[in-house]
Formats: sequence, structure tokens, C-alpha cells
Amino acid sequence: MSEQPQILFKYRTVPGYDNIDVYQKNEGYTALRKAIKMVPDDIINELKLSGLRGRGGAGFPTHIKWNGIPKNWDRPHYLVINADEGEPGTAKDREIMNLMPHMLVEGCIIASWAIRANNCYIYVRGEYMEPIASVRKAVEQAYAAGFLGKNILGTGFDLDITVHQGAGSYECGEESALMSSLMGERGMPRHKPPSAPLPVISGVWNSPTIINNVETIATVVPIINIGGAEYSKWGTERSKGTKLFTISGHVNKPANYEIVLGTPIRKMLEIAGGPLNGKPLKFLIPGGSSTPLLPATDQYLNLAMDYETMGANGTMLGSGGLMFFNEDVSVPKLMTRLMHFYAHESCGKCTPCREGTNWLTKIHDRIMAGGGRYEDLDLLLDICNNIGGRSFCALGDAAAMPIQGAMRFFRNEYEALIPKESLSKRVFTPLPIAGAVR
Amino acid sequence: MFSEEAKTQLDNLIKKYPKKKAALLPALWIAQEQYGGYVPPEALREVAEYLDLPPAEVEGVATFYTMYNKTPVGKYHIEVCHNIACMVVGADDLIEHIGDKLGIEKGDTTADRKFTLSGAECLGACANAPCLMIGPKYYENVTPELADKIVDELSRK
Ligand SMILES: Cc1cc2nc3c(=O)[nH]c(=O)nc-3n(C[C@H](O)[C@H](O)[C@H](O)COP(=O)(O)O)c2cc1C
Ligand code: SF4
Ligand code: FES
Repeated sequence: MSEQPQILFKYRTVPGYDNIDVYQKNEGYTALRKAIKMVPDDIINELKLSGLRGRGGAGFPTHIKWNGIPKNWDRPHYLVINADEGEPGTAKDREIMNLMPHMLVEGCIIASWAIRANNCYIYVRGEYMEPIASVRKAVEQAYAAGFLGKNILGTGFDLDITVHQGAGSYECGEESALMSSLMGERGMPRHKPPSAPLPVISGVWNSPTIINNVETIATVVPIINIGGAEYSKWGTERSKGTKLFTISGHVNKPANYEIVLGTPIRKMLEIAGGPLNGKPLKFLIPGGSSTPLLPATDQYLNLAMDYETMGANGTMLGSGGLMFFNEDVSVPKLMTRLMHFYAHESCGKCTPCREGTNWLTKIHDRIMAGGGRYEDLDLLLDICNNIGGRSFCALGDAAAMPIQGAMRFFRNEYEALIPKESLSKRVFTPLPIAGAVR
Repeated sequence: MFSEEAKTQLDNLIKKYPKKKAALLPALWIAQEQYGGYVPPEALREVAEYLDLPPAEVEGVATFYTMYNKTPVGKYHIEVCHNIACMVVGADDLIEHIGDKLGIEKGDTTADRKFTLSGAECLGACANAPCLMIGPKYYENVTPELADKIVDELSRK
């Protein structure tokens, strides 16, 4: 793994790295000391040079988001960290919080300084009680060391960090639902442009708010340390730097790995120890359960793992949850499990997603129980089309896309589950679905 | 009833947010702890009073989130991830194995109210699958043997 530069993970395995003294002996809080002497615009400019894109799923350039913060200062500004990590297949933020919480805290202080926020909330999913304890300890140590609180490092800058525990909801990872949840409401998404302003203008408590993923904020630390231009030497033209990937499923060494963007999937498979017990692989999911699968053939294994290449091949890099599956896995069975998940997590606010995920689940259950009809396959795609782009938030798309990917490459596996008599005769299906999804 | 200590904890929490209402999720966590692992209607009423919120609003929020238990659960709540990364490396068998050992089905609580067994959605430990959580603690790369050991140890407590 030597040829993969370890920018974030450099000191991850140093014993006691979660403690402030060990952290400081290993370049800890040097980026903060540097950044606090810079004007906010210069920090944002370093991010621009680095090419850093959000690591939470959408890959939006971080400097553009930060630059959107209003320059006049009539209301408080907030930094909110998305540590909800609910996307199946993704387990990287947990590792950051457990093993290197100070890098997250240092990143939060630098980001708050850059966007002139005096309050930062780290919203962590409810199940992560161990990571919460780890980050809370780091926050306390940072207060004691004078990196948090009033007049940080004698600059007159004040900042408080609060670790906020969620309570079990995938939808709360969606940034506007997260804001609702942080304010003590049900975790439902809020209106977005054009009907409402972006969070940078009016986010939590109607104030300018930046929401970033844990990994995004942690990456700010090495970027300030080595400089944006240096960071951007890694990666491809538009997918810069390294990213954490959770490699799971049928590989010999499943783990979190820091990988240069643009690395071929085949190489990542090799880094993760190759196929489990040498058994041939059937397919892979590149970036978390919402991203459409790809067959594990030469054509796809040779693809470079970056935002553009994944997009050009009908899928996404997402949050970096790379999962490999061997021949033992039935695609329809896997999708059935996933549909139960999405139907369970749909917040119920909008009809296409609430009804659509329900129908996708019911039809999958029917097919798996041997009662599938030939029409069901097109019906599944029809429902997906009715969800995709028509839902209030991206959870709807997240549920539809995996099915579209599965049908694109493994429709034969679905067909094999449909009883023969249904395949030969065209059965009339009433159309409750189209009406129900609209 | 909240203990004095819990009330102090709550008062400190409220100060961390510009609006009192934002302390609702943390307050419900405290309530769940105070009421022995779940939030009965009295707990919701107490939270509502403390935060000056309509009881119906507190109830609406509490029911939205799966981690606030509306009914009592066993002393040890074993939640086994059954999402895809865990499923393909044996999560379903693991759930069955633990269920057989405890003599219950997924979703049930043992007669002595010591164990509840549930399936859970992705716990964010996919690279160490299959995994489960019991209270705040995660167990990773769980084999049937490890599950037996965990259950045996907790049974003795
Ligand atoms: C249903 C849904 C769940 C999401 N879950 C997460 C999550 O757990 N963590 C995260 O960082 N982003 C998640 N996102 C993406 C966020 O909405 C948002 O894009 C991200 O936090 C922005 O941070 P970034 O720019 O640093 O990536 C989710 C999006 C959707 C639609
Ligand atoms: S798509 Fe609609 S129902 Fe689904 S989670 Fe988003 S708002 Fe809720
Ligand atoms: S799928 Fe089980 S922990 Fe992620």
C-alpha cells in the first residue's frame, strides 16, 4: 500500500493519537496556528487550490460553499458537521471520530474561523455512542488547551463546539433534515431553492450555516498544513486528493483505506486483499448502497475511482462505501433487503418516495416469494421513474437508483424468479401504482 | 421524575443552543435514561414541561426517531445489523443463532426481560461485518462463538 499517500491517515495508528498531547507531537494543531494568522479569504483560497470536494456524497466543491457565506455580519453564523453516517456501506467517519477526533476538532476550528462562526454543532448519529464519547473528550481537551472557548490563541476569536446526538434516522443525514433535527424537530427536509434560500444564507435558526461532512472538515487540516497546491497534485484533473473508502463485502481485508482519487477499482480490490478466499466476484457497489451497482468484469474493474468516471458509467462515487459481492449473492435478494431499508427510512413527507418505496418493497417481496409476474419487472422501473427526480429530497432517488442499476445488469436474475406460467401469458395488471405514486 | 442531577444536566444543555427547543433530542436521551431505558408518556410530559413545548409536539418528535423506545425493552438490547454488507457475510444466520440461544424471535424480549433481540440498519461498521450493538457498545466481526460468549457473559450479570 506504500504507493498510496496517507494524508489523513498518516498518524492514525500512533498509540494515543486520540489524546491531545500525542496529537500535538504529530503535527497536531499546527494547521490551526497557521490558519488563525490567515484572513478567511486566504483559507478559502487554499481550499480552492486544493480542489477539495465534499466527502459526504454529493462531491460539491467545498470552497464554493464556504464562499457563499455572507460577508456582512448581521446574524450569527453556524458550522454544522454531518456525522450522521447512515449510508449502508460507509463506515469512515466513525473511524475518524474514534481514532483521530482531534483532527475533526481542529478542522472545525479552522472552518469556523474561515466562515466567522462562533458556534459549531457536530451532529452524530445516535448509535455512535463510542465516537461521541471520543469526540467529546477531544473537545474538552481542546478547551483546556485554549483552542476552544474565548479568545482562542489570543486572537479575540471565540468558538464553542457542541456534540449533538441524533436518535436513529437515516434521513437526518440529508442536510436540511439534519438542520430540522438539530433544532429539535422531526427529521424532515426543508424547502430548498428556488422556493427557499440555501443554508449558507438561511440555515439553522434562520442564520447563515455551513454543513459539511466529517471527512471533508478533517481534510481541511492537512490541506492547510501542506498547502492547497501540494494537495491538488494527487488525484485526477477534477477529482483531487485522496479519499477514505470503506471497502467491505467479499474481500480478504475489509477495512477503511485512504486511496488517491482516480485509482483503478481493480487496484483497490488488490489493496483490500482481493476476492474473499479467491472466489470470483459478481458485482460491486462503488459508493454506498444508493449508488448503482456495476458488474465485476474487466471492463468495470479497470475503471478509475473518481467522481467523473463513476458518473460517466451511470453510477456515483458517493460517500466511498465500496462493496464487493461474489457469486453467492442474489441481486434481487440484496435489493429486497435494501428496499426494506429505504421504505423504513422514508420520512413520509412526500408521496413519490413514501408510496414508491413501499411499492418497490412489496413487489420485491412478492417476487422473492415466488408470486412475481412478468409485468412486475417493468413496473419496478416505472415506479423508479416516478420516484426519481420527483421526490422532495434525494432519499427518493437513493432508493430508485439501486433498482435501476440492478435491472440494467441483472434483469435475468429477476426473470429467473418469475414463475414460468407468468412469463408465457400476459397477465392483466391493474394500475394502482401510477395513481398511487403521483 | 427527573433527578436533580438530570435537571442540572438539562439546564446546561439548554444554554448551548440559541433556542430552548433544540435541546429536545438531548432531553429525550436524558429522559430515556431516567425512566429505565424507554420514554413512557410521563417522561414525554416532563420533557414538554421542562422545555415549554406542547406535549403533542414532543410526542411527535419522540415517535419519529427509532432510538427512543416507546415500550420497555430488555436490560440488554441486542441489535444486529442486517443491512447488505453484514447480510452477505452471515448476519441473518447470526440473528437466528442468537434467537435460538435466547429462545426468542427477532423483535422479542426474553421472559425474564433480560434480553431484547432486534435487527438494525447499517451501524456504520461495514468493514467489520457482521456487527451488533448492545447499549453503547459495538461488537464487530461477530462469529456465532463470539455471540455465545457475549450472551453468556451478560446472562451472568
Ligand atoms: C438521504 C440522504 C442521506 C445523507 N446522509 C449523509 C450522511 O450521513 N453524512 C453526510 O455527510 N452526508 C449525507 N448526505 C449528504 C448531505 O445532504 C450533504 O450533501 C453533505 O452533508 C454535505 O457535506 P459535504 O459537502 O462536506 O459532502 C445525505 C444525503 C441524503 C439525500
Ligand atoms: S424523498 Fe420525500 S418522503 Fe422520502 S425522505 Fe425525502 S422528503 Fe421524505
Ligand atoms: S451494513 Fe452492517 S454495519 Fe454497515
